[in-house]
Amino acid sequence: MKKRRNTIDMVWTVILSVASILYMYPIIMILFNSLKKETSITTAGAFTLPTSESFAGLENYVNAIQSKGFLQSLGYSLLITISSVAAILLFCSMCSWFITRVRGKFSSGLYMLFAFSMVVPFQMVMFTLSQTADMLKLNTPWNIWIIYLGFGAGLAVFMFAGFMKSIPLEVEEASMIDGCNPIQTYFLIVMPMLKPTMVSVGILEAMWVWNDYLLPTLVLDIKKYKTIPMLIQYFRGSYGRVEMGPMMACIMLTVIPIVIVYLLGQKHIIKGVAAGAVKG
Amino acid sequence: MEKALKKYSPIFVLPTLLAFIIGFIIPFAEGLYLSFCQFTTVKNAKWVGLSNYKRVFTDQSFIDSLGFTVSFAVAAIILINVIAFGLALLLTRKLKGTNIFRTVFFMPNLIGGIVLGYIWQILINCVLSIVGQPLLALNKEAGYWGLIILTCWQQIGYMMIIYIAGLQNVPDDLIEAAQIDGASAWKTLWKVKLPMVMPSITICVFLTLTNSFKLFDQNLALTAGDPNHMTEMLALNIYQTFYARAGAQWKGLGQAKAVIFCILVIVIALAQLKATRSKEVQQ
Repeated sequence: MKKRRNTIDMVWTVILSVASILYMYPIIMILFNSLKKETSITTAGAFTLPTSESFAGLENYVNAIQSKGFLQSLGYSLLITISSVAAILLFCSMCSWFITRVRGKFSSGLYMLFAFSMVVPFQMVMFTLSQTADMLKLNTPWNIWIIYLGFGAGLAVFMFAGFMKSIPLEVEEASMIDGCNPIQTYFLIVMPMLKPTMVSVGILEAMWVWNDYLLPTLVLDIKKYKTIPMLIQYFRGSYGRVEMGPMMACIMLTVIPIVIVYLLGQKHIIKGVAAGAVKG
Repeated sequence: MEKALKKYSPIFVLPTLLAFIIGFIIPFAEGLYLSFCQFTTVKNAKWVGLSNYKRVFTDQSFIDSLGFTVSFAVAAIILINVIAFGLALLLTRKLKGTNIFRTVFFMPNLIGGIVLGYIWQILINCVLSIVGQPLLALNKEAGYWGLIILTCWQQIGYMMIIYIAGLQNVPDDLIEAAQIDGASAWKTLWKVKLPMVMPSITICVFLTLTNSFKLFDQNLALTAGDPNHMTEMLALNIYQTFYARAGAQWKGLGQAKAVIFCILVIVIALAQLKATRSKEVQQ
């Protein structure tokens, strides 16, 4: 019986290993093609490895960085993601604390609205949102975080409030009796306890903001500011011949940092996703 | 404590609330109102009553994209959940290399829809040209299956993580008891494990369902609706109605479509939650 199970496990390990390699293949394929010369990149030849004739070295990467504005886009994407996630973590956790601790119609009504906003598809508000953003001048990478705060609040409040319900009230009350005002209580007592949830929320919101395409496209002025997803879409969407080499180099330059961050923090990321799903 | 906290409510609630009003409440309310208007910007709206809604139901492209979205969603939900659950079962067997497999299968989830779309467009077009079929831009079948494969590739890992968390919560003594009672592995799966992970199934079906209906980036990047809007899903159809054509009649139509789309997503999501929640067992 034991022996049989071992053989079955071996077979599964082999099958999963093959599946893993196939799973990674699309990314490896783009990597190989991004190292080919522009003239050697063909539709039917995407599976062939670069040869000594078609090998272009890092030429496409240099081109993507120097003339396609990749670094600029990287900067905008970083700026937007960091400012939005920081704002969401700070303000939404404070708001959630208020909602969970002060009971009443206002709190429960607000909570319902936040939950509702998670299900509504973006297309419902895309046009009016872009007009509102234009009117209030929230259309630059420096202040688009206000819109992300509003739009990301649903998930964040939902997760923070879910966790806060399980924190014992006594700790907070003790600190108030000791003379802390609510702000001190929040930053000295509550916030440190929120750390694991902060990590989960931060990861989920960062994944969303970093990869978001439609919202920044509609809100930002594409001639001035392009985030990374906008840049890649711009490659294909603009008229004329698509330069496949630099485009694939851009894809790789986008994927590689994600993979590195993922491999470094995968324990937190996977835990964060699992926690987010259970609460959501 | 409540009283003290209430005094500080502006500091705690106002920043999020203001951003929420700007980012969601105003656009939502305005969108609802504008679906009854003819307009090109928010300022020149003219009330036209229900005529936008009437036009939605005679708009063949909308009906077609609804059909395409539903057939896509059904296939994607079944495939993603079955494969993700199967993988989760395998990865909770304590196989060698479990961590590596988990890492690999989850990774595509971190890459954005636009980038994924172009990666798969290059790959699928290459396969199509090798087997001598028309490329994605002219091939509806390939576009449909391409979207499904791409979505599976992206989301299986995410759902797998949720199923693994669910399976790890099934108490060992429950499974042992079933085995002692003589239940086969197959029976243990159906009668013990599946009912116990029902909450995970609820979440995963909910996520895959709403993701499938809201799918936009992947659709735009992989096929952009080609050939001739035949692979256009609802979200892309609404986007095209808004931005692909100039003229006063389109934006109102697009907004009415968006309202119907919104109601559809909410109704389906609620119905699904109710249906799978009722199968959950109390622990």
